[in-house]
Amino acid sequence: MKLSVNGVPHEVEADPATPLLYVLRNDLKLNGAKFGCGLGQCGACTVMVDGKAVFSCLTPVMLVEGRQIKTVEGLGTLDEPGPMQAAFIEEQAAQCGYCIAGMMMRAQALLEAKPDAGDADIRQALEPNLCRCGTHMRILRAVARARDKMRSTSAASSGTTGRAS
Amino acid sequence: MKRFWMSVAVLVVAFGAGLFAYARKPAIGPVQPPHRSAFDQALIEKGAVLASVGNCTSCHTRPGDRSFAGGLAVPTPFGTIYSTNITPDPETGIGRWSQAAFTRAMREGVDRAGNHLYPAFPYDHFTLVSDKDNGALYAYLMTRQPVNRRPRANELPFPLNVRLVLAGWKLLFFDKGAYRDVASQSAEWNRGAYLVNGLGHCGACHTPRNRLGAEKKGSHLAGGEAEGWAAFALDAGSPAPVPWTHDSLFAYLRQGWHADHGVANGPMGEVTGNLGRLPDADISAMATYVVSRMGEPAPQRVAKAREIRTKLSTDAGAIPIPVSAKAETPTGRGAVIFQAACATCHDGSRPQPFGGLDFHLSSTVNAPSPQNAINTVLFGLPAASGRQSAIMPGFAATLRDDQVTDLLAYLREAFAGQPAWPDAADRLAATRGGKYPVSVRPSDGIERGPANVGAQDK
Repeated sequence: MKLSVNGVPHEVEADPATPLLYVLRNDLKLNGAKFGCGLGQCGACTVMVDGKAVFSCLTPVMLVEGRQIKTVEGLGTLDEPGPMQAAFIEEQAAQCGYCIAGMMMRAQALLEAKPDAGDADIRQALEPNLCRCGTHMRILRAVARARDKMRSTSAASSGTTGRAS
Repeated sequence: MKRFWMSVAVLVVAFGAGLFAYARKPAIGPVQPPHRSAFDQALIEKGAVLASVGNCTSCHTRPGDRSFAGGLAVPTPFGTIYSTNITPDPETGIGRWSQAAFTRAMREGVDRAGNHLYPAFPYDHFTLVSDKDNGALYAYLMTRQPVNRRPRANELPFPLNVRLVLAGWKLLFFDKGAYRDVASQSAEWNRGAYLVNGLGHCGACHTPRNRLGAEKKGSHLAGGEAEGWAAFALDAGSPAPVPWTHDSLFAYLRQGWHADHGVANGPMGEVTGNLGRLPDADISAMATYVVSRMGEPAPQRVAKAREIRTKLSTDAGAIPIPVSAKAETPTGRGAVIFQAACATCHDGSRPQPFGGLDFHLSSTVNAPSPQNAINTVLFGLPAASGRQSAIMPGFAATLRDDQVTDLLAYLREAFAGQPAWPDAADRLAATRGGKYPVSVRPSDGIERGPANVGAQDK
């Protein structure tokens, strides 16, 4: 079975009913997405498929063959974090961190679809993702910061003078 | 010949004048908005309960906005109607309406100024409401916060934008008059009929409508639709695999779910949420009446229900079709999707309402139309704000159209023992594309209105 994850093609052997989450973690060793409830009720397993946020724990791998999968590993690296990851670091939005990969992927999907998302949009979009530590206010600030970063980056790259961010 | 045409002209004019006289209703004089002290507190409280039964807030409040200030867009097959402001504001609401004007609106569908009201306001049901209950509703509404706001004008094409046309509609379809007890039935049955067919206006969704938007007289509670959802038949055609009983229907209406039937969702979630204010005796009466409309279930249905119960008590947790062998067929692929995406909740051991319903029991899977199954798969059951609720994630982003139809084909075959719905693909495309609008609501609870989550003035 052929999967495209973070732009990289992979060939995996798996029962078609295997949840995408297990394939990502066990076969591809991409451990960013987490197993939380296994019921699509907590959001820790959220990844992007064709630009939309989905619960990977409830997505049989059969359904995503030939589609573009993006995980938190696809947002940036330790040395060069992407704008979403940098914003979460700057706001110190993680406490235990278990929910954060899912939070970032759902927020990324929102901002890719709606770059000028307002605070109410962010709150509404993140509604399915739970955080037991209670860092919601920091998470909301981090997503707003990521939105501003992405906007200034795209403004800079389309402008004539350019600007380091 | 000339005389003939003369008499035709006279007849036409006379008929027209008669119709006009019939169609026109007089205005009822304005009053000073009554002060709160004009109403007994107990009467206001009774009115609050009745307003919940009538689900007034659902149409007359925009989600998150001021209670009863109107302006909600109500899509109809004929155009969009915007609900009116029923706060006691003297200029834009019903502040200048007397009790008589209010009662006339409920009984006849005519506003204070004498204009006919569109039957989106279900006066074909509210006509049954007693003068006494109209008094309580009036007391309640006239003591709400006035909001000065004029809702948008309706968007209806000619000639439907001429309200006089409604006189003709009423002539054809409207039976005016307060509820009268059926002597051969018990007091409880009559109370139930009064609530179900009157203020509760269950038939507004659960009775099919004709091309002019009127409920079909011979098909009372035979199943209709509302806000993009099938409203299941409440007569002998009920699709419930385990037939409803008085007790199960009472529990469902009281608590918003029942182990044999699952949770109330779609617009029904608001209904069971609203009924929360009603005393047990009234809910029991409604159950008595509706179950009497369903009648004794046929012996085959009873036998099938017994079979389902036995199955669930002996092999709970078993997946009905072995998946590995059949991944090349639609139902085989559907089985794979079911196993990974649905079974963790719907074939698990957690009890309802927070665990999923076993689909052997599902009216949705057994229903003649795939619409509710499509809505639920795509949009799930969103979490309610500020209270506990059953939830389900939506799969719109996960499943492509062909994958949804594979899943639906599997659910039909495995759990209802029936062939795939022939109209599933068309309905799915219309639903996903937004051509067929669906309102998505949390289970069991009202999101709008006074003292409820969602209204700005909570």
